[in-house]
Amino acid sequence: MALKGLDIFKLTPKTNCKECGNPTCMAFAMKVAQGAIPIEKCPHMSEEALATLSEATAPPMKSLKVGTGASEHTLGGETVLHRHEKTFVSENLFAVSVSADSFDEKLPEIEKIDYERIGERMYVEAVNLEYTDKESYAKLVEKAAGKGRLLILDVKDAEAAEAALEICASEKPILNGATPDNYAQFTEIAKKYGVALGINAPDIDALHDTAEAVEKLGYKELVLDVTADTVKDTFANAVQVRRAALKDGDRTFGYPSIVNLKRIAAGDAHKQTALAALFVLKYGSIIVMEDMSYAQALPLYGLRQNIFTDPQKPMKVAPGIYPLNGADENSICATTVDFALTYFVVSGEMERSGVPVNLLISDAGGYSVLTAWAAGKFSAGSIAKFIKDYEIEDKIKNRTLIIPGKAAVLKGELEERLPEWNVVVAPNEATNLVKFLKEL
Amino acid sequence: MAFTRKPQTYSSSINEVTIGTGDKAVTLGGANIMPLYTFDAPAKNKIAVGAEITDTGVDRTLPGIAAFYEGAETVAEIAKRASEMPGADFVALALNGADPNGDNRSVEECVEIAKQVADAIDVPLVITGARNVEKDTELFSKLAEALEGKNVLFVSAREENYKTVAASAVMAYGNKISAESAVDINLAKQLNVLLSQMGIKPESYVMNVGAAAAGYGYDYVASTLDRVKDAALAQNDVMLQMPIITPVSQETWAVKESIVSEEDYPEWGDRETRGVDMEVCTAAAVIAGGSDAVILRHPQSVATISGMIADLM
Repeated sequence: MALKGLDIFKLTPKTNCKECGNPTCMAFAMKVAQGAIPIEKCPHMSEEALATLSEATAPPMKSLKVGTGASEHTLGGETVLHRHEKTFVSENLFAVSVSADSFDEKLPEIEKIDYERIGERMYVEAVNLEYTDKESYAKLVEKAAGKGRLLILDVKDAEAAEAALEICASEKPILNGATPDNYAQFTEIAKKYGVALGINAPDIDALHDTAEAVEKLGYKELVLDVTADTVKDTFANAVQVRRAALKDGDRTFGYPSIVNLKRIAAGDAHKQTALAALFVLKYGSIIVMEDMSYAQALPLYGLRQNIFTDPQKPMKVAPGIYPLNGADENSICATTVDFALTYFVVSGEMERSGVPVNLLISDAGGYSVLTAWAAGKFSAGSIAKFIKDYEIEDKIKNRTLIIPGKAAVLKGELEERLPEWNVVVAPNEATNLVKFLKEL
Repeated sequence: MAFTRKPQTYSSSINEVTIGTGDKAVTLGGANIMPLYTFDAPAKNKIAVGAEITDTGVDRTLPGIAAFYEGAETVAEIAKRASEMPGADFVALALNGADPNGDNRSVEECVEIAKQVADAIDVPLVITGARNVEKDTELFSKLAEALEGKNVLFVSAREENYKTVAASAVMAYGNKISAESAVDINLAKQLNVLLSQMGIKPESYVMNVGAAAAGYGYDYVASTLDRVKDAALAQNDVMLQMPIITPVSQETWAVKESIVSEEDYPEWGDRETRGVDMEVCTAAAVIAGGSDAVILRHPQSVATISGMIADLM
C-alpha cells in the first residue's frame, strides 16, 4: 500500500536540516509520497525506516524485463487501471503460437508483418512454442531461437523445459510452465537459468496460491498466465488479477499477464481479433494469437498504439512530403499539422477522394490546426519555411497549395510569402474534403 | 494468504432505455458494474448489436455482404433480411443518401424508405441521419411523426439541434433519441443536462459520446468512455448515466484499411477480411469501454461480436 506523506514524515529525523534540498522534513516527505524524489535523498534515515519505506513504496506491479538485444521488452510496471489516470507504461506484446509441425509454415507469415506506424515498428514481438513431445520440442526451440523474437516456452514437462533452456536461455525467454503440481521443480529450473517463470492454474484461487508459493521459494521473476477454459473466466482472471494488484494492493498478483487466445478461440480469426482488442484494453501483457495476418495486425497494432500513448503527450507524425493516391511532381499540394489524429483523418479523406495529392506535413508541435495556429506553430511563416527547407519548389512543379479551412486566415500572408503559389482554402471539416478535391 | 475477491459493484446504475415494441423490444443499460465485469455481479441487460443498412443500397462489392443479401432487392426485403441476421438485435437504417454534400435525398423520400423498413421488420429500428445538422433536424422531425408508436431511436441530436429534435422525436411522438458529443465528457454531460432541463426523461434518451476506428485517435474514445463510466457509477453522476450507443461501422468502413484494394496493397490481403477485422476490433474496444449497443455492417462482424458478448455475459 502506498504511504501517505504524513506516514513518511513520522519516519524522518524531523530536524529540518535541509541536506536533502528541501526546506523542511515535511516538504521532503510530501515529495517522496508523490514519487517525486527517492527516499534515499535523506542522509539521516535509519536502516529500519528505509526498510519499511522501500517495502511500502515498492511499485504495486513488477516491471519485468524479458528477451535480449533488439527483442528485449519490459512488461508490467503499471500503476493505474485507466490510462487517463496517468498513463500506461508497458505496451502489450503480441505473440503467435507455433508448434514443431506448424513452425516452417508459420514463420514466413509471422515475418511478413513488419511495418512502421507513427514512428513505431509493428511486428510480432514474440512466439509461443507449443509442446508436443521431447524430441521435436528441442528441434522447435533450435529453429525459433535467434529469430529476433521473444520466446515463450509453453511447456509443462520439466525435462523438456531444461533441454529447451540449454538451447535458448541466453535469449531470456519466458518459461511458461509452472502449475500447482510442478511449481517447485519449475521454480528451480527458472532460477537455474535466470528466466522469467509463467504460472497457470485451473482457477484464480489456485493461481494466487501457486504464485504465493513460488514467491516463498524466493523467486519473483513471474508472469501470470490468466488463460482459463472459457472466454468469460479468462477475462475475469485478467481483470481481477490486475485490479487486485493496483487497486487492492495484492502484491502476489502484481505481475504481468499472458492471455492465450488460441486456447479459448481456436480456429476463429475474427473472434481472436475481437478478443485481442478486449485484452489490449483490459490487462493482457502478452496476447498469444493462433496467427497474425495483416487484416488482424492493422487494427490491433493501431489500437495498441492509441491505448499505450501517454495522454499528456500528443502523437506526432514525422514532417515531410506524403504523396497520396500516387501523387507525383505534377500533383497539387496540401498542408496540415503533424498531430497524428489530424494527419490520419485528413490523409484518410484524401485517399478516399482518389485525387493525387502531395500532403505536406510541417512540425506544428503535435497540436491540432486551431491550437497550433493559436500557439504560432502553424503560421504562414512556418509553412513558407517548410516549403523552403524541404525544397518543395524543386521537388514539385505544381503550384497549388491547399490549406486547412480552419486556418483560412493564413491565405493572404501565405500568398505574399509564396508569390508563385495559388493558395486554396479547404473546407472546415475533413469529411467535406472528398467533394472539395473532386471538384477542384 | 488466499485470494480475496473484492467485487466492484455500485449503488448507482446506468439508466434503462427500451427501444422497439413487442416481444423483440430491446432494453439498453441497467448495469451497476464496470463494463463486462459480470464476475462482480450479473449484468442486467445484454449488450445489443445492430445490423446497419443504408438508403443507398447494399454494398455488393464485398462478397460476404452480397451473399448475405442475395435476392433481397427492395428496401423492405433488405431490411427484413437484416432483421434476421444471426446475432442482430436491431436494425440500424443509415440515411447516408440524405447528405446535402452527397445524393441530397429529399426528406419525403427518406420518410418513405424509413416507413418501408419499419413495416418490414419486427425488431427495434435505429435511424442514423445524414450527419448534417440542418438536414437531420428536419429529417428526424418528419421521421418521428411518420414512425409514431414504433419507439424508434434517432441517432443523433447534437448541441446545435437538440431542442427541435427532442421536442419532435420524444415529446410529440414518443420516440427515443441519442445525444451526440465529440469525445469530450464535459460536452456529453452538458448536452444531457440541457435535454433533462427540457423535461426529457432519463428513459427516453441514450448518448453517443463519439467514435473512432482503432488506430485513428481511439485513445480519446477509450478515455472518454472510461471517464464517463467512472463518473456514472463510482461518482453517481446522474447526468452521465445514459446508456451508450456507438455507430462503429460508419467509422471503421471509412478508413484506409477497409477501403484500399488488394491490387493496390497486395501484402495486406483480402479487403473484406480487413474490413471485418477493423470492425470487430473497434467494436470489441468500445464494448470493453462501456458501449451498451453497437451498430455494425458486416454479417460476419455481427456474428463475431454477438458471439463475444454471449461468451462474456
